[in-house]
Amino acid sequence: MAMKSYHVDKEGYYGEFGGAYIPEMLYPNTEELRNSYLEITSRESFKKEFEQLLRDYVGRPTPLYKAERLSDQYNTQIYLKREDLCHTGAHKVNNTIGQILLAKALGKNRIIAETGAGQHGVATATVCALMGIECVVYMGEIDIARQAPNVARMKMLGATVRAATSGSKTLKDATNEAIRDWINNPVDTHYIIGSVVGPHPYPDMVARFQSVISEEVKWQLNELHGRDYPDHVVACVGGGSNAAGIYYHYLDDPRVNIIAVEAAGKGVSSGHSAATSALGKVGIIHGSKTLLMQTDDGQITEPYSISAGLDYPGVGPMHAHLFKSGRGQFISITDDHAMSAGRKLSELEGIIPAIETAHAFAIFDELNFKKDEIVVVNLSGRGDKDLQTYIDYFNL
Amino acid sequence: MNRLTERLSAEGKILSIYATAGFPQLKDTLQVLKELENAGVDLIEIGMPFSDPLADGPTIQESSTKALMNGMTTELLFDQLKEVRNHLSIPLILMGYFNPVLQFGVEKFLKKAAEIGIDGVILPDLPLEVYEREYKDLFEAYGLSMIFLITPQTPESRIRQIEQASTSFIYMVSTSSTTGAQEGFSEGSMEYFKRIEAMNLKVPTVVGFGISNASSYHQATSHSKGAIIGSAFIKALSKEGIEGIPAFIRSIRSSS
Repeated sequence: MAMKSYHVDKEGYYGEFGGAYIPEMLYPNTEELRNSYLEITSRESFKKEFEQLLRDYVGRPTPLYKAERLSDQYNTQIYLKREDLCHTGAHKVNNTIGQILLAKALGKNRIIAETGAGQHGVATATVCALMGIECVVYMGEIDIARQAPNVARMKMLGATVRAATSGSKTLKDATNEAIRDWINNPVDTHYIIGSVVGPHPYPDMVARFQSVISEEVKWQLNELHGRDYPDHVVACVGGGSNAAGIYYHYLDDPRVNIIAVEAAGKGVSSGHSAATSALGKVGIIHGSKTLLMQTDDGQITEPYSISAGLDYPGVGPMHAHLFKSGRGQFISITDDHAMSAGRKLSELEGIIPAIETAHAFAIFDELNFKKDEIVVVNLSGRGDKDLQTYIDYFNL
Repeated sequence: MNRLTERLSAEGKILSIYATAGFPQLKDTLQVLKELENAGVDLIEIGMPFSDPLADGPTIQESSTKALMNGMTTELLFDQLKEVRNHLSIPLILMGYFNPVLQFGVEKFLKKAAEIGIDGVILPDLPLEVYEREYKDLFEAYGLSMIFLITPQTPESRIRQIEQASTSFIYMVSTSSTTGAQEGFSEGSMEYFKRIEAMNLKVPTVVGFGISNASSYHQATSHSKGAIIGSAFIKALSKEGIEGIPAFIRSIRSSS
């Protein structure tokens, strides 16, 4: 009997989730990727360049750091995977490095991307500058107004930022606009999706590029503890790319408990939430069958979270499957709780996390871990971009 | 033979109009359809509004947003159309995105559509493979024709697959674009029309995207059975209202 796997299957599904629900106009684009992504990324020359850039440009491996004071506070063994120390300040760049190399191998000379808070936009603009490739980033008009520093960073890096003015003018609309651009430019353009969402092969491709996170955790834990797996891995989930990265090598390891932390916003039943596993129903968004926040009529609704990186109305199909199958433990954390957890991490460990990441730290108030258990938390991004939100919230 | 295949096999080119349900006003749906038939349109695609219409340009998205704000839903559309066959005799197609159909229930959707006299369905984001694997039998059971799209980038082998799965016509997307993105056709588009014509497909093709006036209509139909007008019609409807429909259709049919 084959061992149960939580990885993607040959048709691009995770259980019942995933696939490629795309208009025919996108068929050649995704087919080109589907046919080539495994072959290209397994070439020795590709792997060498990818690893070299991750090391010399991104600054990998990122440390696995034992958070002593936080561990004392919660009476367990807490390790932080320091993705916040990556160039550009978050894990997002692991994926954009991989995809820009793939785009080059495919002979593409133009890159498009969507961004919500601007982190993925900055990570994409960064690698485009590095490679000298034209870059267009779609961003909701509302997000452009509330994330001015990241808009400026993208412009500094030479990218064109285009406002998505349709629909709710936020991340899902920026994604729609990027997909439309790809429909209009099917031959020369590669679309760098920023999370484990979208049509197959994107969820698997992005997860593979992010899997370097858990690959490092394995040898780092082995050096520290003589065993290469923790008892729990914890990550925040919006679309779910940092979570996919830290879960990846433990997906089929039953010794490891997988914990996914979603944004409850003002409360799961408040009408202002982004807790997709609790509120979503099976549906189709951006080419993928997954759990999705929507009306009874099947219209996609606008989620809410204080953190712009978690307010996506869907979730990657890998995570939908982890939830539905019970493999993952899903917890939702409110704005207030995330903000206080972010402050606590700052004061106890001297690390100001991104507000997205702060959600993951709030679980230590919700769950009890044993004293000798090892809990690895993906510290997916730093909080510089969120300083104004912290200032306003705490009246600093 | 049903209304759709009968009209497709009859003489003459087909003018098909896309009209967003519940637009401009919620209760305009039936009136718009009646005016279109009276004006001599051969086929109507009734657009089911969706919050995130990936394959559409700004004009159709705005009309969808307006229709949703007006209160349009799948349930309400079926209610508005329940006596449509007392008023219209031309073939009618429902066009929309897959998610609202999935939430309504695919079988329930097909059953209702068949009951009120719908002839075909276009769901651009329900791909051929998933249709064949999961829904083909249901479509056939309810006698509804699924209409697939091809584009200038669609490889010949895939066009042949789509041909095999098609029971009425193939929706030929004129260029690599979203709806309403351009005006008039380039030489490249005309070459593509000829290339597809030369394939002698067993079902006719109807060209959509980028047709806005008499000249682009005649270009599009010179190598295909018909043409579909969406964005240009929505624009005219927004500007001139329902009373302007006959004049708009006359302007398309006039020889250029």
